[in-house]
Amino acid sequence: MFEYAPAPESRAVVDIRPSYRLFVGGEWTDSQGGTAHKTVNPASEEALSEVVWATEADVDRAVGAARKAFGVWSALPGSERAKYLFRIARIIQERSRELAVLETLDNGKPIRESRDVDLPLVAAHFFYYAGWADKLGHAGYGPDPRPLGVAGQIIPWNFPLLMLAWKIAPALACGNTVVLKPAETTPLTALLFAEICQQADLPPGVVNIVTGAGETGAALVNHPDVNKIAFTGSTEVGRQIARSVAGSGKRLTLELGGKAANIVFDDAALDQAVEGVVNGIFFNQGHVCCAGSRLLVQESVAEELLEALKRRLTTLRLGDPLDKNTDIGAINSAAQLAKIRELSEAGEAEGAERWSPACPLPERGYWFPPTIFTGVAQSHRIAREEVFGPVLSVLTFRTPAEAVEKANNTPYGLSAGVWTEKGSRILWMADRLRAGVVWANTFNRFDPTSPFGGYKESGYGREGGRHGLEAYLDV
Amino acid sequence: MTPSLADVASSNVALRNLLHGLPGVDRVGADQRAAMLGTRSIKTTSKALAIDLAIRMVDLTTLEGADTPGKVRALCAKAVRPDPGDPSVPKVAAVCVYPDMVSRAVEALAGSGVRVASVATAFPSGRSSLEVKVAETAFAVGAGADEIDMVIDRGAFLSGDYLKVFEEIAAVKAACGTAHLKVILETGELATYDNVRRAAWLAMLAGGDFVKTSTGKVQPAATLPVTLVMLEAVRDFLSITGRKVGVKPAGGIKTTKDAIKMLVLVNETVGDGWLDPDWFRLGASSVLNDLLMQRQKLATGRYAGPDYFTLD
Repeated sequence: MFEYAPAPESRAVVDIRPSYRLFVGGEWTDSQGGTAHKTVNPASEEALSEVVWATEADVDRAVGAARKAFGVWSALPGSERAKYLFRIARIIQERSRELAVLETLDNGKPIRESRDVDLPLVAAHFFYYAGWADKLGHAGYGPDPRPLGVAGQIIPWNFPLLMLAWKIAPALACGNTVVLKPAETTPLTALLFAEICQQADLPPGVVNIVTGAGETGAALVNHPDVNKIAFTGSTEVGRQIARSVAGSGKRLTLELGGKAANIVFDDAALDQAVEGVVNGIFFNQGHVCCAGSRLLVQESVAEELLEALKRRLTTLRLGDPLDKNTDIGAINSAAQLAKIRELSEAGEAEGAERWSPACPLPERGYWFPPTIFTGVAQSHRIAREEVFGPVLSVLTFRTPAEAVEKANNTPYGLSAGVWTEKGSRILWMADRLRAGVVWANTFNRFDPTSPFGGYKESGYGREGGRHGLEAYLDV
Repeated sequence: MTPSLADVASSNVALRNLLHGLPGVDRVGADQRAAMLGTRSIKTTSKALAIDLAIRMVDLTTLEGADTPGKVRALCAKAVRPDPGDPSVPKVAAVCVYPDMVSRAVEALAGSGVRVASVATAFPSGRSSLEVKVAETAFAVGAGADEIDMVIDRGAFLSGDYLKVFEEIAAVKAACGTAHLKVILETGELATYDNVRRAAWLAMLAGGDFVKTSTGKVQPAATLPVTLVMLEAVRDFLSITGRKVGVKPAGGIKTTKDAIKMLVLVNETVGDGWLDPDWFRLGASSVLNDLLMQRQKLATGRYAGPDYFTLD
């Protein structure tokens, strides 16, 4: 047996401070009454650092700093704002190894993903929107579209730095200033990003980072001087936010949950379809809102595909996220692990058949093996609720029309995948699938030029591409 | 897919139906998968193991118009004793030469356990009559070759005459007797991964013991994705027919890193069963010295200059 010796990426490249304060008005400031909380490495449960959970008063200060900076920042010519964004993008590239290691430590995702997927996309997003900053008059929103003002941005823990980039880059390019709250379990890369803003000499107050949990987020959402709320996270919290801002005049974009169908036809390129299914649900431990968590496979090829899929799963490497050969890292938190376990048990109880490859789990930390449920019915909870973990539900279909019907039969509508060698069928399916993104013969591919967002309970508004500008312009 | 393999060669139509009924290969996806496996980081003990395995898998090759008995003798000496200063270095799998050099190689390698492989069938183009190809094969086998590396008729394949390709392979296989037959697909000329998969199946159906990517005379040669597609083909062929076929990427494998990437590909596509010189070969020559340099570096912590390794 060809065993791979451990190949860990060095932690020495990153310097984590024992505690962090709030980044407001371009400097590190003390919280007024906020309590300190540990942030842990989910792969080992080791405490990495302490961050403060910002209070209403802190949020008020941050919004004040952003408001003060808005006048200067929005008055800068677009070409000047672009210079700052290009500079930030370059610094991110230069410090990408440091950022990748920190992301992996705080989040639990494999270094291969933070190094090869997250960080290149983060830099690309800043480069892309830097390019728009002086061309807003040509974006199709009138000759001189104006920014909205102060944007309050709340991001999730699954792609901490990438979601920060999706939020901050377009906001700044359009001339807004921001107060961003990272998730409570993954605040560290956002705090390192604050250092990068200082390094780039970004004017004080243009970017403010307040750490905290739900209450901090609520304070930001309810602050009267915020003009725009952008949220990525659960549908449940998204609903609360929508209620809170209703009637306040604040603009709102929501990017929420999903239960995407990955649809494999019998004429698909089988080996690549298997790779796509694996990448669709096991990428980032399934902590992906657009994850292909429902596999819809044509009955005539179901047995063959499942056999190939199971064979492929036995080669997945689960373990130390810092090891360069790890495919599946740690579940981000104890709470998320409990949720995945609960839904998996419900799947078994409802009669679906559970399968995982032989896969020893590390003793410490939060871990869940890659899992497949077969014999799943549309009515099962694991076919309807977002698991947000490495759990795939397999359903079958007989005809293209049935595939569309089953794929659309969900309250969500974020993404879908179609696997077939027949081009006309791809177009036919894409026309009928009610999902913001339809991938053809690939899955979980992202690009800053491509808009992303959902139908139905998956949210509204688009991020990325020219469309992503609209969320930060007064149009 | 359960093709009826017994009467598959009854007509060109039957062959075509089978080959075109194989699942397609998506180029983007195959390239991505190969690139991802290329990022595997093989260090320390696993690297040492991989280097020795790779050396044991090398088909040390010289296929030049300028080949002489002296050149072949030198290569054979290298094959048996890759590093004269270090007896712990394993022997390579085989020496691969043109048919007229087979007897020289057999002589030089007698009793060493290193096998003699010969290209045949109007290598590298394959543009000759079946009679000539069969005769050339018989000549090489008669001279003592243990293995024959034949080329397929790419022109016939690309024009859809699968039966002609099949019959040629079968005829050469018959001429091989007990010698092992490696079938060179020349993937650089087949161009698409769909063609690579079909040609691999054709070669296996016709009785090839190995499928081999390239002659080394055409670029691109042994790329990672092409090798991946061929590994998938032998894996599927085994599960359907119960017959195991080997794989030999050849051409363009120059560094230890290239060789180790190939082993990772084998490990994560078909697994242990193929991590053996009987089932996987590396057709190369210059890679051997790089493997020796890396081996010494791993053992001593220091790189020696290229002058400390023999050029043969």
